[in-house]
Amino acid sequence: MSQRITIDPITRLEGHGKIEIFLDDQGEVANAYLQIPELRGFERFCIGRAAEEMPRITQRICGVCPSAHHMASARALDDLYHVDPPPAAHKLRELYYNLFMFEDHTLHFYFLGGPDFIVGPTAPAGARNIVGVIGKVGLEIGGQVIEARKLARGFMTEMAGKVIHPVFGLPGGVSKPLKADMVARLQATSQHLIDFAQFSLQAFHDIVLGNQAYVDTILADYYAHRTNYMGMVDADGKNTFYRGDLRVIDPAGKRLAQFPPRDYLKYIGEHVEPWSYIKFPFLKTPGWKGFVDGPESGLYRVAPLARLNVADGMATPLAQAHYEEFFKTLGGKPVHSTLATHWARLIEALQATEVIQSLANDPEILSPVVRKLPEAPPTEGIGIVEAPRGTLIHHYATDPNGILTMVNLIVATVHNSAPIQMSIEKAAKGVIHDGKVDDGLLNMVEMAFRAYDPCFGCATHTLPGEMPLRATIRDARGDVVQVVERKARLG
Amino acid sequence: MATTAFEPRIVAFFCNWCTYTASDLAGTARLAYEPNAPVIRVMCSGRVDPQFVLKALQEGADGVLIGGCHPGDCHYQEGNYKALRRFRLLKRVLKDFGVDDARVRLEWISASEGDRVQHVINEMTDQLRKLGPWQARS
Amino acid sequence: MADKPKVAFYWCASCGGCEEAVVDLEEQILKVVDAVDIVLWPVAMDFKRRDIEAMPDQSIAVAFINGGVRMSEQEEWVHMLRKKAQLVVAFGACAHLGGIPGLANLNDRRQVFETVYQDVPSQDNAAHTVPGELSQVNGHGLALPRFWDEVKALDQVIDVDYYLPGCAPPPKLIWGAIEAILTGTLPPKGAVLSPNLACCDDCPRKDSKPDKIELTEIKRPATHIADPELCFLAQGFVCMGPATRSGCGNPCIEGNMPCRGCMGPMDDVFDQGAKFLSAFASILAPKTEAEIDKLLDQIPDPVGTFYRFSLPTSLLRRKHTGATA
Repeated sequence: MSQRITIDPITRLEGHGKIEIFLDDQGEVANAYLQIPELRGFERFCIGRAAEEMPRITQRICGVCPSAHHMASARALDDLYHVDPPPAAHKLRELYYNLFMFEDHTLHFYFLGGPDFIVGPTAPAGARNIVGVIGKVGLEIGGQVIEARKLARGFMTEMAGKVIHPVFGLPGGVSKPLKADMVARLQATSQHLIDFAQFSLQAFHDIVLGNQAYVDTILADYYAHRTNYMGMVDADGKNTFYRGDLRVIDPAGKRLAQFPPRDYLKYIGEHVEPWSYIKFPFLKTPGWKGFVDGPESGLYRVAPLARLNVADGMATPLAQAHYEEFFKTLGGKPVHSTLATHWARLIEALQATEVIQSLANDPEILSPVVRKLPEAPPTEGIGIVEAPRGTLIHHYATDPNGILTMVNLIVATVHNSAPIQMSIEKAAKGVIHDGKVDDGLLNMVEMAFRAYDPCFGCATHTLPGEMPLRATIRDARGDVVQVVERKARLG
Repeated sequence: MATTAFEPRIVAFFCNWCTYTASDLAGTARLAYEPNAPVIRVMCSGRVDPQFVLKALQEGADGVLIGGCHPGDCHYQEGNYKALRRFRLLKRVLKDFGVDDARVRLEWISASEGDRVQHVINEMTDQLRKLGPWQARS
Repeated sequence: MADKPKVAFYWCASCGGCEEAVVDLEEQILKVVDAVDIVLWPVAMDFKRRDIEAMPDQSIAVAFINGGVRMSEQEEWVHMLRKKAQLVVAFGACAHLGGIPGLANLNDRRQVFETVYQDVPSQDNAAHTVPGELSQVNGHGLALPRFWDEVKALDQVIDVDYYLPGCAPPPKLIWGAIEAILTGTLPPKGAVLSPNLACCDDCPRKDSKPDKIELTEIKRPATHIADPELCFLAQGFVCMGPATRSGCGNPCIEGNMPCRGCMGPMDDVFDQGAKFLSAFASILAPKTEAEIDKLLDQIPDPVGTFYRFSLPTSLLRRKHTGATA
């Protein structure tokens, strides 16, 4: 008799979802489906809105990565109003954006996706969280991550007004220049951010790469997909987040396309299924072939692993060294092991800190000229950035008054929605046999999802369970600011 | 079985010094007009908060009529200009909410224009009878 | 030892920013964790629906619910949490007022689906497939919750005890609310947990506001650069400050952008958009209908600006077309 298993809701990531697994008469997995049960309709209700409000409206798509939407929207507005921001404005935006990439990536690794990976896939549920991670890396790290996040987000707030839902993006630049005292503080702390990013990579080496069982898990076939990949590259073909062309490669690493943001419609289409509210993007060449991978597939993946796969290298030297080691360890380009995304994420975080230091010391960052006003009426504009979770596309059309008549949004995780669906099914088929199902196995199915979309940097200080904890919070100089203790509960 | 024909309910906000006095005049001059618009007296059309209009519609009114002094004649100098500006902006927002243009109306009616009160209320009532109830759409 | 009070966090049609806001409590969250027992937090913890269903009624001390209600599944969850919790706090602008997803109330379900699954230029849907509540795939039946015609704020669906305003609520306000709960010093039921003052009252640009403002031109952020020190309204920008509750610290003003009203209105206001409309109209200069209309043409999208966060809880709630969806 066939059986249905439901995981509802999926947990420890952003958004809502449920997984339905169907077993056949032999107790093997016949099919599995990841259903996204929510829809808000931004592409519709933004019609009629004023274009310049879009950075502040579309960012409410996601409160974890509002900065990504804010930035993609600002880029779309530049295009819409046919205005190129002054160089200082680009630098300011790029500085802000790299602060964001650093804090978002770091948080995910330690608190959301990381725990599954660092603690172990079938560890008891109570250990699959930050407490388990701290048990591996040491108590002080908890405090250091809080501090690093606080630093980065503090600078972001000073630059953009708010950090949850920033306000400073406008067509042609940003709303205000930087203050000299903020830049001085940033210069003084940027090395600390680099050191922290390097420390995270070291922790990854020690705990994960130093453990053969974990390496085997990374390379396990049921967590791998041979897909196409898409990511943004700069003029030198290096990994970049804010401005560049999109490059697509096939599963063998051959380049399929490279195009500027304006041409995205030539390459990307979206497919609909009746059983989920999310859409499924695909490459127009070869077209929608269903939920399959391999060289004939129309599917592609985005996000850190994809970005490292498509780029010719990282844009900064320290990150570049890790990039080389990454591919050497994992057997060459491209890497198809989904769990390797955790490593790629940390390499990107390191690059972000190097870019932050470079821009903080660039004299032009203090320029008061941070905005160029439009001179022509708005028509149509496309803005693309790389969000932490992948390529983010904003496409607007307006009437001559700048009132929106069309809005198309392809949001980072959505590019991965078909690969995620495949990964869920493949993982379920890989780990569930003979009708045997338990919490650990179901978590291994959920892990396939978590590696793609750790969209939420939340679990930080929520410490489920009753373990004792002593967190030492230090400031950037290493001086103790606060010590918080919680004793173990008895009985 | 007879069905009751739809009779629109209009809420009228009349300023004390002009329009309210005019409606009194219509009364004493025996100028009969439709009974569909009970009057709420305000001291000035500038007192009419846009929330009053929206609340009236939300509570079941089919239309709202605001009556004030002609521009330049406001007892408080500027109040009716404020009313005009608010009204013009409110009309734009009402359109986006799907409220038919004929349902919310601003009229300048001076103290001596009892016949104008009669005309406006008759006309508006007739228009809304044809348009139908607001609550059917909301 | 007495049990710690149980606390639940849940999200409806939400962006996750309210969860981030809790995390931004930073070190203080450790004090919270020490004092309470978190029994539900889908973003961070693995408790599932059946765990909550199994709890006795009123066994949860406080349920913080963020997000607007616009899917049938969200409605089920909030009804369930209302039963299981003693106190329900509407957390953030979406639960408080409807929020930005509430702008969808200017459209209906049919229009949303048409645009999202058909009209956008990247859509490839010749078969006109539309997600539905029940579908058959490979012989399996799959269900999705219903997408309603309308977004609702939390108190339009269940009884709400308190409101924490803001998009997202600032950490200071969140901490104040948690402290009040833990020390039993909450105000009377129904209160919005932020002072009853307008943003103008503590705006950093307050002193630059002239006694009388008479605008002959309305400026847009797209086509003008704002002076970083002058009152936005005095400069001619639409700024929702007069009709918006204070307590956020005015970060948008610090960012040199005008207020858009996310904290909602003060007490005794039924309709934030109408209140702002009234205030803004009274600072315009023209006196004739023609000149007034010409000036008003310079405001792009009044309804989407004045009602940016509060459309579902406005007096008219949504666009009315008389059509059934």
